[in-house]
Amino acid sequence: MNPIYLDHAATTPIHPEVIQAMVPVFEEVYGNPSSVHHFGRKARQIIDEARRVIALSINANDKEITFTSGGTEADNIALIGTALANKSKGNHIITTKMEHHATLHAAEYLEKHGFSVSYLDVMENGQVDISQLVTVLTDETILVSIMTVNNETGVIQPIREIGEILKDHQAYFHTDAVQAYGMLELDVEALGVDLLTASSHKINGPKGVGFLFIKNSVKVESLQYGGQQERKRRPGTENVAGIRGFQAAVELVANDREQRLTLYQEYKTFFLQILEKEDVEFSINGDIKNTVASIINISFPGTNVEALLTNFDLSGIAASSGSACTAGSVEPSHVLSAMYGSSNQTTVNSIRFSFGLANTKENIEEAAKKVATIVKRLAIN
Amino acid sequence: MIYLDNSATTKPLPEVLESFRQVSEKYYGNPSSIHRFGADAERLLLKAKQQAAQLMDVKAEELVFTSGGTEGNNLAVKGIAFAHQNRGRHIITSQIEHPSVIEACKSLEKLGFQVTYLPVNSDGVVEINDVKEAINDQTILISIMHVNNEIGSVQPILEIGAIAKLYPKLFFHVDDVQGFGKVKLPLINSGIDLCTISGHKIHGLKGTGLLYIKRNTTIFPLFHGGAQEGDFRSGTENVAGAVSLVKAMRLIIEKQRTQLDDMKTTTQLLRNCLEQIEGVVVNTPRQHSPNIINISVPGYKPEVVIHALSEKDIYISTKSACSSKKPDESAVLSACGFNKKISESALRISLDYDNTEDEVFTFCHSLSEVLQQLSEVMG
Repeated sequence: MNPIYLDHAATTPIHPEVIQAMVPVFEEVYGNPSSVHHFGRKARQIIDEARRVIALSINANDKEITFTSGGTEADNIALIGTALANKSKGNHIITTKMEHHATLHAAEYLEKHGFSVSYLDVMENGQVDISQLVTVLTDETILVSIMTVNNETGVIQPIREIGEILKDHQAYFHTDAVQAYGMLELDVEALGVDLLTASSHKINGPKGVGFLFIKNSVKVESLQYGGQQERKRRPGTENVAGIRGFQAAVELVANDREQRLTLYQEYKTFFLQILEKEDVEFSINGDIKNTVASIINISFPGTNVEALLTNFDLSGIAASSGSACTAGSVEPSHVLSAMYGSSNQTTVNSIRFSFGLANTKENIEEAAKKVATIVKRLAIN
Repeated sequence: MIYLDNSATTKPLPEVLESFRQVSEKYYGNPSSIHRFGADAERLLLKAKQQAAQLMDVKAEELVFTSGGTEGNNLAVKGIAFAHQNRGRHIITSQIEHPSVIEACKSLEKLGFQVTYLPVNSDGVVEINDVKEAINDQTILISIMHVNNEIGSVQPILEIGAIAKLYPKLFFHVDDVQGFGKVKLPLINSGIDLCTISGHKIHGLKGTGLLYIKRNTTIFPLFHGGAQEGDFRSGTENVAGAVSLVKAMRLIIEKQRTQLDDMKTTTQLLRNCLEQIEGVVVNTPRQHSPNIINISVPGYKPEVVIHALSEKDIYISTKSACSSKKPDESAVLSACGFNKKISESALRISLDYDNTEDEVFTFCHSLSEVLQQLSEVMG
């Protein structure tokens, strides 16, 4: 039995071409980019080139891209770094109840340090309630952080509208685009975004690499201190091969994003069709018309997440209850709690399936049938 | 090609690359996922950590994988400062630390911490008495590097550790980025509470490293999020990076066991050769790490010498790569008491275990050629 991977929102298999792009860097361009000799300059060129490609991918300027060790670090710089650098302008931050823990826990840290944070509600369709944004926004607000696509439901957030609202406000607008980058067209100019987080390992690149877009006009403090790398915003010898791998992953997506999206959308539709055909009782969390192609979050009434995941795993299906980053625990989803209330059963009976490179039409069919069998066996009606 | 800039970064070993590639391909799961892809990745990560612990003779729970030396040093210095500021706000470090320690300390000064930057003697070594005298009842952290990255001086870590042990309120951090795999540093019973290692300095990959945090030491994390790595370091674990790091650690320790004497001989040879060249002054003290020699050629701009050597396919560096963009003067050499002529014309030659005597001879020959040519140009 070949296990089937339906957890691409947690992490993705690295693309063979990405590894191919990294190997020569490891082997031949191993210089320290800060060194002035040939080896160093060669390594610097690779980073410059990657920065150019990545900047272009979101319509930013090269200088506005800071490479990090991943999404968590970028989110932490975006929140803590921006808050600390701008506290003379105010101490109020706005985010939402459904953010990734990298944002939520950074916000909680700031609360302990004298900042006040508003956590916006989430509507049943999985979108942030932007009417609330307008009411809580004050002259003291210095930062608004709202994710582009929610990692549990896949629901796309109204980023452009939020950007529009904040256009003439002093508050910087940060979006955690970890789940959106590579799936949606992201133009920081058009979206009115000042800071944007992306991660390599969610788009078939290596783990341990990410970037934070920091618009030229934005003041941030760094979280780490050391050499002059990344314009002092993120010191430390650059992960040259990782950055080159990230670039390769970005180029691969740029070349065939449309095909990928069509394919993943087909998988999603096909998966749901089989569940329906097999008479499984289920409902979809969030407005499916407004989700990214790769993610679907399904509630199975009468079941329990833990039992479902264990049984899925035993029959070779890898899915999850939400963010993998809650370090192994299966706690009621904070995202679904925000949408439906914490006492709602969906918070403990929902599964996220996420599609990607490891899937084929055949293994989607096999997985859906197994899911149907297990759910029907476990559901208490 | 002769690469003599191994303190800036090293070439990854093929075995290290192979394990990175294999893990990337086969164990791509997120270790926090509870399905088998996640469980397999988590198991592998744990195994890597256990192996690293075994190599360092510590417990697996005491190790945190990081993105490199800078993060390790920041996590140690800021992490201790923030977690223990209620007990005191005084930190002791030295004037010759890597920027990732010095700059972290400077940032803490802005937040109201007091930092003592200990001087060093002309051999680039911190005096034990200075350490003793600097400690007061507010001191919560001593952070001293093991091997200096510019001149290769070795600090009396075990003696400082013995002092630190007398003050249970105080933590002792060692930046062992340049020492690991070359100069032994036993952690157990050493008085060391935190120790930083970087992958790319030991033929591992950039973007990998680890921090040893002795059991029962509490630190405040730099990154908040999914509580990975025992809540010390949130963020999806770089599993392939971690496994490759441990491979590199194992291989360099093996080389340290079998090739250290050869390396010492080669470095001694290098030193002897350099001392023969007119106009060259050797700055590295007699007692030093087995792979770093720092020299000065007063009157010559270090970049010019480096570029001329590059033309001959030989690679060395000025001072620390991490501060190469600053003006020529080396803060480390100034701290050692060298005058401007010396501290502004410094060059660092750093070997790895595979550099040969022939390479060293060729380098010395080329250097004296280059100096001669340049002196003719300069008239």
